[in-house]
Amino acid sequence: MLDVLNSGRVLVADGATGTMLQAEGLPVGLPGEAWVLERPDVIVKLHRAYLDAGSDLILTTTFGGTRPRLARARLDDRVPEINRRAAELAREAVQAGTYAGRDVGPFVGGDVGPTGEMMPPLGKLTYQGAVDLFAEQIGALAAGGVDCIWIETMSALEEARAAIDAARQVTDLPVFCTFSFDTHGRTSMGLSPSQAAAAVAELGAVGTGANCGHAPEEVLDFLPRVGEAAPGLYLVAKPNAGIPRMVGRQAVYDADPERLAALARQYVDLGAHIVGACCGSSPAHIAAIAAMVGE
Amino acid sequence: MTQERLYQEMAQAVIGGLPDRARTLAAEALAAGIEPLDAIEEGFKPGMDTVGEAFACGEAFIPDLMMSGEALKAAIAALEPELMARRQQRQVSGKVVIGTVQGDIHEIGKTLVATMLAANGFEVHDLGVDVSPATFLDAVRQFEPDVVGLSALLTTTLLNQEAVITTLKEAGLRDRVRVIVGGVPASPEWAAEIGADAYAENATDAVRVVKELITSK
Repeated sequence: MLDVLNSGRVLVADGATGTMLQAEGLPVGLPGEAWVLERPDVIVKLHRAYLDAGSDLILTTTFGGTRPRLARARLDDRVPEINRRAAELAREAVQAGTYAGRDVGPFVGGDVGPTGEMMPPLGKLTYQGAVDLFAEQIGALAAGGVDCIWIETMSALEEARAAIDAARQVTDLPVFCTFSFDTHGRTSMGLSPSQAAAAVAELGAVGTGANCGHAPEEVLDFLPRVGEAAPGLYLVAKPNAGIPRMVGRQAVYDADPERLAALARQYVDLGAHIVGACCGSSPAHIAAIAAMVGE
Repeated sequence: MTQERLYQEMAQAVIGGLPDRARTLAAEALAAGIEPLDAIEEGFKPGMDTVGEAFACGEAFIPDLMMSGEALKAAIAALEPELMARRQQRQVSGKVVIGTVQGDIHEIGKTLVATMLAANGFEVHDLGVDVSPATFLDAVRQFEPDVVGLSALLTTTLLNQEAVITTLKEAGLRDRVRVIVGGVPASPEWAAEIGADAYAENATDAVRVVKELITSK
C-alpha cells in the first residue's frame, strides 16, 4: 500500500458505513458491528458497493469495535471475534473477482474509533487502560488480515497517542491517524490541526489528516497546516458530506456528490494522498470523487 | 487580600479549572467574613461566565468547560455547610430535567449544558444517556420541572426527541413544561417541526434560552 502511495498515486477511500447500514434496516441504537456477526452478507455488500464505486481503500465495520463501545450493545465478550471477522469480511469483498484486475489494491484499513471514555482529569480511563483497549481491537484486526490500521475521528490527543502506541505494540502494519476538527477549526477537545499532526508524526504514524468534522470546505484550510506540521506523512481528507439538517423527519447532508468531488480535486491539489468521505456520504459520492481523482 | 482581589482570584480559579485552588479560596473567603452567597455569585460564578463565553466563540473547549465546572462545584461544596448553617441557599433560577434521548449514548454535550445550567443556579436533574420517553415522563412527574432538555448527537436518534414530546402530550403534561432541544443536526426549524419550544446551539446558549423560556412561561 505504501509503495502505491509512494508512486504518487492518489488513493480513494470509502464513505459512510453507519447511515448506509441503517438504510439497509440496521435499527437505530444498534451498532453496525453487531451486523458483522448477524448480517455479514450486508456488510460485504456495502464494501462491494464502495469498491464498485471506485474505492481503493475500504475500512472495516469496526469504528466502535473497542470494548467499552461494544459493551453498550452487550457485545463486549466478543471484541476479538467481531474485529477479526470484520477484517475477514472486508478482505473477502476485496478479493471478489471483479477487483482483481485493478492495477493497485484494493486495500483494507482496520477502522479504529474513539473509546467514548475520557482520561483524567475529565474521566477515569487511564493511559495504559486505553492502550490495552486499543491493543485488543487492533490485534484482532491485524489477525483478520487488514493492510493498515486506520485510527479516525479522534479529538483527544492522549487517546490518539494511546491508539497509535497500541498499534505499534501489536503490529508492524502502517498506522494512519486522523482527527475530527469539528469545533471552530479545532477538535472538540481543543486540538489544532498543527498540534494534532505534529504529535502523530512524532509517534510514528505514516499518515494523518482530517475526517468527519464540520463543513468539508474547512478541510482546505486544515490540509496545508497538517502538511507543514507533519512533513513526509501521507495526507488524508475524508470529510462529511456537508452539514446535516433535518428536512421533515429526514436528515439531509448538504454536500452532493459533485460538491464533494470538486473539493476532492482541491484536496489533491493541496497534497492529499488519500481522499474519501465520512458521515452522510454514499457510493454515489465516492464514484464522483473517484472519477474526479482519476482525471 | 482585599475582597475585590479575592473575587478576582476566585474567578481565575474557575477559569483555570482548579478545584483545589477554588476550595482554598472558599475557605479564605469564609475566614475573611465574606458571605458565602456573595463568594459564589460575585467571585466564582463570573469565572464560569467568562469560560462559557469563550466556549461559545471557540476560544475554550470541552476540557476547559468541564474543569471550570469542577472548580465551581468544588467551591460551592466547600461553601455549602456555611450556607446551610445560615439557612441560606442560592436563588433557584428554575428546575430542569435533562437527558440524551433513547438510542443515543453521547454524553458530553448534554453534560456541559447541565453544568452551565447548574452554574447559573438552576436545579438540574440529569437523567444520563439513552433515556427512554417513559423515563423522561417519570422524571417530569417526580420533579415537576419548568424545562425539559432533550439532547441527541446523531441524525438518526434526533427523531427520538419527538417521541418524548409525544409521550408528554399523551400523558397530558406537555403544557406543564417547556421543551428545549439540542444536537448537531438540530435547528430552530427542527424544534418547530416536532413541537418543541426552543433550540439551543451550545451550553452557553442553552442558559440564555432556558432563562427566556422560564421568563415567558
